[in-house]
Amino acid sequence: MSWLGELFTDYTLRTVALGSASLGLVAGALGAFAVLRRQSLLGDAVSHAALPGIVLAFMLTGAKTPLVLVLGAALAGWTASLLVMLIVRTTRIKLDTALGLVLSTFFGLGLLLMSIVQRSAGAGQAGLDRFLFGQAAALVGDDLKTMAALGALVLIVLVMMWKEFKLLSFDPAFAGALGLPVRFIDIVLTTLLVVAIVIGLQTVGVVLMSAMIVAPAAAARQWTDRLGRLVILSGVFGAASGLTGAVLSSLVPRLPTGPTIILVVTTITVVSLFIAPRRGLLTERLRRGRQRRRVRADSVLADLYRLAAQHADPAQAPHAAEALQTMSAQAGVREGLKQLTEQGLVESDPDGLWRLTDAGLARGAELIGGVS
Amino acid sequence: MSIPHLEILAIAVVTAAGCSLVGVFLMLRRMAMLSDAISHAILPGIVVAFFFTHDLASPWLMIAAVLTGLLTVVLVETLTRTRRLKEDAAMGLIFPALFSLGIVLITRYAGDIHLDVDAVLLGELAFAPFDRFVVGGADLGPRHLWVMGGVTLLNLLAVTVFFKELKLATFDAGLAASLGLAPAAIHYGLMALVSVTAVGAFDAVGLILVVALMVGPAAAAYLLTDRLGLLLVLAALLGAVAAGLGFALALWLDASIAGGIAVGVGLVFLVVFLVAPGRGFVAVVLRRRRQRWDFAQVMLAIHLIQHEGGPDEDDESRVEHLHGKHVGWTPAFTARVVGGAEKRGLVELDAGRLRLTDPGREAAGRALSGTGS
Amino acid sequence: MSTETPAVRVTDLTVAYGELPVLWDIDMDVPAGKLMAIMGPNGAGKTTLIKAILGLVPPAAGRVEIHGGLYRDQRHLVGYVPQRGSVDWDFPTTVLDVVMMGRYGALGWFKRPGKRERDQALTALDKVGMADFRARQISQLSGGQQQRVFLARALVQDAQVYFMDEPFQGVDARTELAIVDLLKELRTLGRTVIVVHHDLQTVRDYFDWITLLNVRRIAGGPVDEVFTSENLKLAYGGRVEFLQRQAPCDPPPDAPDLGSYPGRIRP
Repeated sequence: MSWLGELFTDYTLRTVALGSASLGLVAGALGAFAVLRRQSLLGDAVSHAALPGIVLAFMLTGAKTPLVLVLGAALAGWTASLLVMLIVRTTRIKLDTALGLVLSTFFGLGLLLMSIVQRSAGAGQAGLDRFLFGQAAALVGDDLKTMAALGALVLIVLVMMWKEFKLLSFDPAFAGALGLPVRFIDIVLTTLLVVAIVIGLQTVGVVLMSAMIVAPAAAARQWTDRLGRLVILSGVFGAASGLTGAVLSSLVPRLPTGPTIILVVTTITVVSLFIAPRRGLLTERLRRGRQRRRVRADSVLADLYRLAAQHADPAQAPHAAEALQTMSAQAGVREGLKQLTEQGLVESDPDGLWRLTDAGLARGAELIGGVS
Repeated sequence: MSIPHLEILAIAVVTAAGCSLVGVFLMLRRMAMLSDAISHAILPGIVVAFFFTHDLASPWLMIAAVLTGLLTVVLVETLTRTRRLKEDAAMGLIFPALFSLGIVLITRYAGDIHLDVDAVLLGELAFAPFDRFVVGGADLGPRHLWVMGGVTLLNLLAVTVFFKELKLATFDAGLAASLGLAPAAIHYGLMALVSVTAVGAFDAVGLILVVALMVGPAAAAYLLTDRLGLLLVLAALLGAVAAGLGFALALWLDASIAGGIAVGVGLVFLVVFLVAPGRGFVAVVLRRRRQRWDFAQVMLAIHLIQHEGGPDEDDESRVEHLHGKHVGWTPAFTARVVGGAEKRGLVELDAGRLRLTDPGREAAGRALSGTGS
Repeated sequence: MSTETPAVRVTDLTVAYGELPVLWDIDMDVPAGKLMAIMGPNGAGKTTLIKAILGLVPPAAGRVEIHGGLYRDQRHLVGYVPQRGSVDWDFPTTVLDVVMMGRYGALGWFKRPGKRERDQALTALDKVGMADFRARQISQLSGGQQQRVFLARALVQDAQVYFMDEPFQGVDARTELAIVDLLKELRTLGRTVIVVHHDLQTVRDYFDWITLLNVRRIAGGPVDEVFTSENLKLAYGGRVEFLQRQAPCDPPPDAPDLGSYPGRIRP
């Protein structure tokens, strides 16, 4: 294994790239389930709550071994999510309040402990700061190995329990009726989410990690209607933004890693929200506009056909655009005529009068026939 | 306790009270996480305003922050309305993005800004006594105390003046609208107050404490009372207690004051959560345990009534039947339930058969008609 | 009562949600091959009864048997159609995928649905007239179509006893008739179907067995004997005026009288 370690330590940038891509991949994939189960804000609570776990793990062991810190983070994140559930179940306090309470007090505890460590431990503690906003440049081979191993584990469990997770997310009551142990599956999925969050903390930071859970999935949801593709795409978006953001922040001075990654992934999400086929807001507006224009052109054509039908030889009877405007309740007669001309359904003579072409006659008969 | 310490404590207590007042309404409207979202999202507003004014004390910072806070709320609502994202995802997308923008701006232009990232999270309470409010050469005390005093006064004024409107809009938005109270105006008014409070407090105590102080005291008070007026008073009081407790903790440990106060909030909530009369954890567990017996006794009465006069009455009223395979009680549990029911006079034991008494009949009837057991 | 083992036997079932009891001491026998309606006013505990039978809500006491065995041993004999509104129809999945979920219980851990499950799902979709919609994203379905998909998912469970929670809620008339036909076909095959139902007017046409519920069991048995004004008055309490106008049927002379103790009926 030592050659592997050497390869990575020698190529800092590669370490950074691989590490942040893999955290993005895992967070994106698991985040898809969190978003579908409306647990976006639970991710926020878990990631903030991980801080005291990290600092305590450091205080107790005096070591900054990645695995120890990650374990501490996971335990604290886990405890926080259990506390949220306990408060919601036993009292009248609602989920949002319980989340805010646990998030802020755990994070406050983390900051309190951190200030103690900073005062007493001297130089050795410097590394803990980076858990706030992340610092990709500080990633080393050991971190990468821990992240890769845990990430792989998460993804393997995800693939193995795919259909259980899918059913739990879609219809937990039906899963229970089938005899599946819903509580157990829920615990496994939540645990995977906690692990996905904590392996990203060092790079993205506790404050912003929740966005790595939400944003890739929110982006991917706009592109597909299938769960499998959603999870894969979400992982890809997460990996791409993790990689881009981390490399950017390593190359550009004074560009903090976590916020940069978040800005990249948010950009992807915003673009997806606008231009994704079918669900994109811009796409939908364009489609609606096209539809509206077609309806308008059709109605102009139908009017022209009705006028022409009063003549013995319909095709030879030209009409002024003004005549059409008086017939039509809709605006945009000229716009409609322009479109119809482009489609070769109408033509105008030098006097500015309009008549139907043969194709226009046929289409008009079709439209009117359809109405009457 | 030295004068600076007293000044810090005063700032913390006033901040806690101001945050709690708006926090109560956020909690009741199920928007507690908006305190998290708004307090993070106002950062770019503050930073951009600072670029123009180069003065951390400028009122423009406050205005910019409030506008950014409102913008966040509007963005989340708009995005939710497009139905492309659920509300929680929309919120979880927008505020980290805005906060990231703020952090990047601060870090990139660190030389120009006397804001640093730690201060954003943690505040600089320890240095607050050095930042004086001086008018015409006269030292009127720490600036933060004036700022937060003003904000808290504003919140108090708003809550008092619009108490009726806030109450109605919180508990029945439909009725409020039909009475011409414009729940939307109340909603955005409240969001503006949250933003003002967040930016005022954030400068003094850091944003994480804004969240803790808005949510924690309100949650604790909610376990103690049902009345809105009392809820507000209790939340402000508990917030002040948490601030004092947390400050003492921080002094004792020689650690971050903001961190200490957040932990203080957690401790105050924990105590209330455990021992609150009626709604606390201990009370709930004890009541559920007691009710289990009451419940089982009434169940016994109803069981007897259901089979009274039926062909299987004789069989169903045997004690053994209860811990047989049907009801599924253990023999020990059954013995305790029957004993209790006998003592309460709900049933009589007659040659191994249980017979319902008149009080038992009434208890069963009351339970079945939904008026409680 | 028949000596044959009933398809469903519920004895002394009591359920409490938190601190509030919602079902008291329910006894219910459903003979095999019956189409049964569970009826009662809002808050009577109809959905809770089904959920408690299916083990989705823990009962405080009582016992559930399916075809003579304990529920947990006989779970494979049971099919379930939850309320349509209980899931998020914007979930990223297709019609065929949802129907295949009916086989997940039988598949076991770690196994993926394959061609066999796909064929079963397609057959079921064909039966409910939704075969052409197999690749459709579920958000693009009408209420009636969503209900048909849920029915198809229950059909692939290939169960002996079906529990359906308000399958007629918010569906078009054509779908309602199609569902009724399907239920009757299941009955012909000897299956038992238990349906939470609301519409008093259709009870006689759709069902042959009924349980009236209001926190406790009011009455149960063949529709002809049990669906009487007398029993409805007991079940629906204060809304009896309205109900009498619906005039279900004349009370038979031997209608069971279960309301002779105080405190039952509130105006």
